[in-house]
Amino acid sequence: MSKILLEIKNLHAGVAGKEILKGIDLTIREGEVHAVMGPNGAGKSTLGGVLTGRPGYEVTEGSIVFDGKDLLAMSPEERSWAGIFLSFQYPVEIPGVSITNFMKAAINAKRKAHGQPEIKPGEFLKLLKEKMALVGMKGEFARRDVNVGFSGGEKKRNEIFQMAMLEPRFSILDETDSGLDVDALKIVADGVRALRTPETSTIVITHYRKLLDYIVPDVVHVLKDGRIVETAGRELADRIENEGYESLNG
Amino acid sequence: MDKVYVIGRDAIPQFLRMEAGEQLRMTFVALPGTTARLALEVEIAGPGCDLDLAAAYVCSGCDDLRMNVLVRHTCGGSTSRQLVKGLADGGSRVEFDGMIYIAQDAQKTEAHQESHSILLSPEAKVEARPQLEIYADDVICSHGCTSGFLNAEEEFYMRSRGIPEEVAKQLQKLAFLAPVMQRLPEDLGRELYESIS
Repeated sequence: MSKILLEIKNLHAGVAGKEILKGIDLTIREGEVHAVMGPNGAGKSTLGGVLTGRPGYEVTEGSIVFDGKDLLAMSPEERSWAGIFLSFQYPVEIPGVSITNFMKAAINAKRKAHGQPEIKPGEFLKLLKEKMALVGMKGEFARRDVNVGFSGGEKKRNEIFQMAMLEPRFSILDETDSGLDVDALKIVADGVRALRTPETSTIVITHYRKLLDYIVPDVVHVLKDGRIVETAGRELADRIENEGYESLNG
Repeated sequence: MDKVYVIGRDAIPQFLRMEAGEQLRMTFVALPGTTARLALEVEIAGPGCDLDLAAAYVCSGCDDLRMNVLVRHTCGGSTSRQLVKGLADGGSRVEFDGMIYIAQDAQKTEAHQESHSILLSPEAKVEARPQLEIYADDVICSHGCTSGFLNAEEEFYMRSRGIPEEVAKQLQKLAFLAPVMQRLPEDLGRELYESIS
């Protein structure tokens, strides 16, 4: 068996005193893709928020160890440097900050954290072009302000573009399929697949099975009312598609 | 004419009169450590004039910046724009009093004013008083005024990509001031940039 990359134990977390996650245990090894499915309000996005250190989420009990380190003691930027990436369900618009400047700041911050010199301009442009091509983005894309005026599909492609630029070890795709048509979904899924290596792991948070036809999970978990109520192979996703979440015990 | 002034450092005219067809572009900057008052009145006395005013301020500590700007359209058929953007930190105090006056005969005037501020500390105070006094009935006129804080969602988004908190905040401030900053000569632009860093 491959090495454990992420280990969540008895995680309780919430927002403004309201408990949303009520004891999550989850172990993810290198190279694995885990799907987390569940109805609205089950706590799926909270899990993504807690893993990335989103302000406002309080962890009241439990632990998260990432690559042997206490994840909960790390700031959001430290988690990024360690190789964690969240594809946002609702990517944020940043007027006045171009994609080029945004990515340059991100890449150089990571390099600095790892004791490396700043990326050379030529090298950066090459990387930018290569990763834009991966998600089918055209040249002017890099000059646009981050997500400003982007369509839903463009925003999600931009998330995968950033993921490609940062080459994370562990990615959380939070409802990356929502609001995408079939073509955009395919581009996004192809991008994610192209970035998979035996050392990287992924959590795919989704309502529907559709995305899992493209990004095939090793394990499927069902999250309901803040608890994982069922864990099985990919066939669980088919069962949910046919029978709904109601059939599962919560 | 394209003029750039540093408030509290440069001599700034208090009254200007624009005659037919004149173009005037003025940019004002207030850097940290400024306690000063800008009092400016521009009269647009002829048709076909274009007045383009912009100001950026970065205030901190116990800076006290007062800006009183009066744009008087006494003749029609001209345009004016005002854009004020600034950051108020520490216990600084900023006041912007901006008036657009359009005389009864000044038909076909187009006049706009915008002022936006970001408060960086709970002690900072920005007072904006946009005012319109319009006596003509065939004009296009607007004013907008906002005051707020750095956007926390933007900040978390950047941090989640590995951009440290301080750098994220700096990017947000620069993006906010950019529309005025890009009007500045390089050395002054750098001075303003460094005042944010």
